[in-house]
Amino acid sequence: MSTSVSNTAAAPLTLQQKRIRAILAGIPVRLTVLILVVIWTVPTLGLLVSSFRPAAAIRSTGWWTALFAPFTADWTLANYIQVIGADRMGLAFSNSLLITIPATVIPITIAAFAAFALAWMDFPGRKLAFIIVVGLMVVPLQMSLIPVLRVYTNLRLNGTYLGMWLAHTGFGLPLATYLLYGYISSIPKEILESAHADGASPMLTFTRLIMPLSVPAVASFAIFQFLWVWNDLLVALVFLGTRSANVIVTTRLAELVGSRGQDWHVLTAGAFLTIIVPLFVFLSLQRFFVRGMMAGSVKG
Amino acid sequence: MSSVAKKDRAFEIFAATPARILVALIIPTITFFVLLWSFNFMRDTRAPRIMVAIVALVVGVGGVWALYLALNHLVTQMPMRIRDSLLPYVFVGPALAVLTAYIVLPSLRTVTLSLMNRAGTEFVGLDNYIFAFTDPSMLITLRNTFLWLIIVPAFTVSLGLLIAVLVDRMSETGEKIAKTFIFLPLAISFVGASVIWRFIYFYQPAGMVQPGLLNAIVVALGGSPQGWLTIRPWNNFFLIAIMIWLQTGFAMVILSAAVKGVPGDLLDAARIDGAGEIRVFFNVIIPYVSGTILTVTTTILILVLKIFDVVFVMTSGQFQTGVVAFRMYQEAFIFRHFGRGAALATLLFIGVLPIMIRNMKSMKERR
Repeated sequence: MSTSVSNTAAAPLTLQQKRIRAILAGIPVRLTVLILVVIWTVPTLGLLVSSFRPAAAIRSTGWWTALFAPFTADWTLANYIQVIGADRMGLAFSNSLLITIPATVIPITIAAFAAFALAWMDFPGRKLAFIIVVGLMVVPLQMSLIPVLRVYTNLRLNGTYLGMWLAHTGFGLPLATYLLYGYISSIPKEILESAHADGASPMLTFTRLIMPLSVPAVASFAIFQFLWVWNDLLVALVFLGTRSANVIVTTRLAELVGSRGQDWHVLTAGAFLTIIVPLFVFLSLQRFFVRGMMAGSVKG
Repeated sequence: MSSVAKKDRAFEIFAATPARILVALIIPTITFFVLLWSFNFMRDTRAPRIMVAIVALVVGVGGVWALYLALNHLVTQMPMRIRDSLLPYVFVGPALAVLTAYIVLPSLRTVTLSLMNRAGTEFVGLDNYIFAFTDPSMLITLRNTFLWLIIVPAFTVSLGLLIAVLVDRMSETGEKIAKTFIFLPLAISFVGASVIWRFIYFYQPAGMVQPGLLNAIVVALGGSPQGWLTIRPWNNFFLIAIMIWLQTGFAMVILSAAVKGVPGDLLDAARIDGAGEIRVFFNVIIPYVSGTILTVTTTILILVLKIFDVVFVMTSGQFQTGVVAFRMYQEAFIFRHFGRGAALATLLFIGVLPIMIRNMKSMKERR
């Protein structure tokens, strides 16, 4: 009895103390976080600001001067017009979309079919197949580049959309299968049994039941794969090259760095064009994005 | 009566089977040739780009589904026993075929190529590996890779953990905003990030305006501007900084989830025992999230081992900044020395082999 009284008497005091302490302690915490956030943001901000400044202004003053005096500074869209038209970034942008969308859909489809079979169908070698998928997940794609390139040369698949789709499908498939397996195998058994009892064929069960139920997992991986393909440079350099009409944003930007390394008005606008799609995807689908990134990390 | 009708129907189906199998065979064949035609169309056509684009999207997105449905159709027309044993392979077969064609067989081929000469025509034993471990420029490449492998995980994980713990003490909105900004670079491609940082490291001779942020700061503080990317060996650290900037957000998000999982009781108990916040951090939080730290570290290690883009865009491996994955590309696709390229790829593979074996073992035990 007496202990409980003393407790209630002491509680408001400690709470108050806690609050004061929390506020005092909060200042260094917030300050540290603020500094880190500024350091992490300034690089991208410099790119964005510079991409809207005339070429001469970029060379003659730092981008921060324009940021501090936004109304007296010169702003222009000319950099974007030049980089989209004359520097072929517009073409690269459409090529990137044409490569990235199928290179996201194809591996997801193939992986979902495989994950369904691995999770719910009985066949010899099932366990072994799954363990192989897990093992292939960390194989560096460098192991595939030389032999696949040689085959592509013979089949005239170099520089084609199809070649790129299939390559990205191959390299993304282990992770996709593993992630979708994790999700599909956790679907309650009763749901599948009732579908079977109703006479649904495996294909029908898959298209009408499994796929709709797997939307969250599919969305997470789709974002992961989309950004991976969109941001990829190495696979595109090897199988697509920089000379063909099929250049994509990353190869085009890398090429611009090589040929016009000092023309910051072109480079900043070009770089911003390449990152605008990932930024949009990230900001609009952040929840799925983070989930996808976290799911991808499980492979480690 | 009904049983007779059933028998009739069963007979009908049986009799019709050969014809149906024939039809079923024709459907996948047609699907296949339509796809083949469309690929050739896309490769060789001079049609307007918008046409190609439409065909590409329809074929790319729909083609795979069409193949599966056609295959499924084929198998379901077969007698029951064959059907049941074949159907799983319709589902899993294409995946295994793609994995075999794009990862398994090429990897085996790369290992054999690594024991052969430049063009892959003659067996040379371990020459390419001897080159990889004795050539002076390769030694620098290995040193750099080593630097990357140590510094990037160390910084990203400690910074990520620090930020995760700090933002955990802020209001929910503050935490969300701070996390978004730290995480944002993760969406940016390595190429885009490299351009961003090239601009920061941009160098103009002393006396001129410094549009690059780093040299502007140095000059403002009374120093003289530096060509950051050409100062050996420190230029490596300026490249590594880019990767730290990109990946800290990843470490932060994963570790933040783990930090939130530390039981409040545990923290309170430590604080009541008189532990300061720093001791709580080192003696309670870190041990509790050590499993996650290991996972994040492994993931970042694998990523760093394969780092290519940053070096390609920033320096093209000049000024002694090469790393193994970049050198692999250079040997194989610039110098056209397939043997050396394959040997370097194999070295990368050997680097991840322990992780691969561990993962496969844990999968085997789990099921």
